[in-house]
Amino acid sequence: MRNLRGIYTIWYRDILRFWHDKMRMAGAIVFPLLFLFVFGAGLSARMGFIEPGVDFAQFMFPGIIGMTVLMSSFMAGVSVVWDRELGFLKEVLVAPVSRAAVAMGKTLGAATVALFQGIIILALAPVIGVPVSVWMVAALLLLMFLLSVSMGSLGVLLATRIRSMEAFQVVMQMLMFPMVFLSGVFFPLQGLPGWLSVIVKVNPATYGIAPIRQVMLGSSPDSPFTINVLGHPMSTWDNIAVLAVFGIAIVLLAMWSFSHQE
Amino acid sequence: MQDYVIRVENLLKKFGEVVAINDISFNVAPGEVFGFLGPNGAGKTTTINILCTLAKPTSGHATLNGFDVVRQQSQVRQSIGLVFQDPSLDERLSGLQNLRFHAMVYNIPAAVRETRIKEMLTMVELWDKRNSQVRTYSGGMKRRLEIARGLLHYPVVLFLDEPTLGLDPQTRSRIWEYILGLREQRGTTIFLTTHYMDEAEKADRIAVIDYGNLIAIDTPQGLKGMVGKDVISARTDDDDRAAEELRLRYGIEPRHDGDELTFEVTGGDEFLPVFIRELGVKIHSVRLRRPTLDDVFLKLTGREIREKEAGDIFKAMVREHGRRMRR
Repeated sequence: MRNLRGIYTIWYRDILRFWHDKMRMAGAIVFPLLFLFVFGAGLSARMGFIEPGVDFAQFMFPGIIGMTVLMSSFMAGVSVVWDRELGFLKEVLVAPVSRAAVAMGKTLGAATVALFQGIIILALAPVIGVPVSVWMVAALLLLMFLLSVSMGSLGVLLATRIRSMEAFQVVMQMLMFPMVFLSGVFFPLQGLPGWLSVIVKVNPATYGIAPIRQVMLGSSPDSPFTINVLGHPMSTWDNIAVLAVFGIAIVLLAMWSFSHQE
Repeated sequence: MQDYVIRVENLLKKFGEVVAINDISFNVAPGEVFGFLGPNGAGKTTTINILCTLAKPTSGHATLNGFDVVRQQSQVRQSIGLVFQDPSLDERLSGLQNLRFHAMVYNIPAAVRETRIKEMLTMVELWDKRNSQVRTYSGGMKRRLEIARGLLHYPVVLFLDEPTLGLDPQTRSRIWEYILGLREQRGTTIFLTTHYMDEAEKADRIAVIDYGNLIAIDTPQGLKGMVGKDVISARTDDDDRAAEELRLRYGIEPRHDGDELTFEVTGGDEFLPVFIRELGVKIHSVRLRRPTLDDVFLKLTGREIREKEAGDIFKAMVREHGRRMRR
């Protein structure tokens, strides 16, 4: 009970801070939009259809939603490092709330913000020409939540070991951009050179992006949105299972690591 | 036997090979204002960090309000309030929001939350500023807000780590009014660290700590009694000859203190005219004073508390510089 209240309070503060920070709100949305419209518009004409009825912008759209969520939820780590630099983390660490609850609150705070931004991008579906249904939106919300909690915890985990803002930002860029670029946000994952194909399949973000795309654009085993892992075509549920296992492991690891820092 | 609110037994903390606090033991009674006096880096903050569960001791143990600081962290945390050396407020939130956050993590029942917040903000005279973002506050206002926050959950012990560092004299005395008033009203035990001697004087008892060792623990009066004598400082034409004369004629062993000659005598009021009349060296100036905690520290460690500080200020500047470079 006490820890639930702790999680809620930590979460609430991060939401409050986000609400005050209009620039961050705008920034997090402008970047994906740039990708979507500049890349989408620029390349759609040249590349034609990825699959019958799906042009490049439409192909990229679910990926951009995933990317928005992924990048935004990583802010959980930034928020921890930031609190540490500003001294506020001490106030949290001496409070009678378990450290695991603090880590969870931080993760959920960033996940909520990420979800909110993902929904804003998702609202552009009619503009891009991707049909959506109520059931699809519900499924996407759950997928985005799963992805954001996993990546948020990854951010918190890194923040327990990397103390300075500068170092954290460098590590974040080094990790986040490859994760995004090698997850199938921008290109179909079939017919890639061998080495690239291996990296893509080891990348956990791949299993966050793929099910979003499968839910929005179709999930037949022979569509270009399906990835083959060790010869097995991954269904939507297969991808979700991989992401969930990764997510749970990272959440537990982040809570453990947060509890064992001085 | 008295029931102590803080018990520390053989506490030892090492950072690698460096011993930060070396086997210290002491007790603090309920309602006491207990001062930890020593130069920067003596182990004051490390001790506080252990007592408030932010760090684990290498060996030894400590209880606070009857709870073990290693095994019963949650109960210890609920029992203490903290005002840190460095600010720990969320500057992007208002003063009110900072206190609400605190009230929620410390489980203050919703029914009394708002009245309690109002009570504390009124006490530190920040009620009118409650809705402004903390980053618009002055240094003194921030410190007052932190004190209000530290008291919000009615802690049994309030830790104040250098509570008035870097504040102007008016703000310092204001903050002291709150602290002492608090002990009167609520019987809160106050544990403070400081390297300002005049602040240490306000404590009921003082522990003097140096290089991680507890070298004395007593009331300010008792500590000064260790020096006992009055202190005379003089500037003369020839300090060496004057020193020689003091040694031969009165059996006093003076020390060179900058460009002054300092020595201790009993009955300074009577000795001073004799000294001035009889000394064969021309005297430029002479001062007589009662012993201060500075003298106590000097006597106990052979150094002035400020001597070390010069080095620390330099270190702090380097650190601050480094921090700016990183931004």
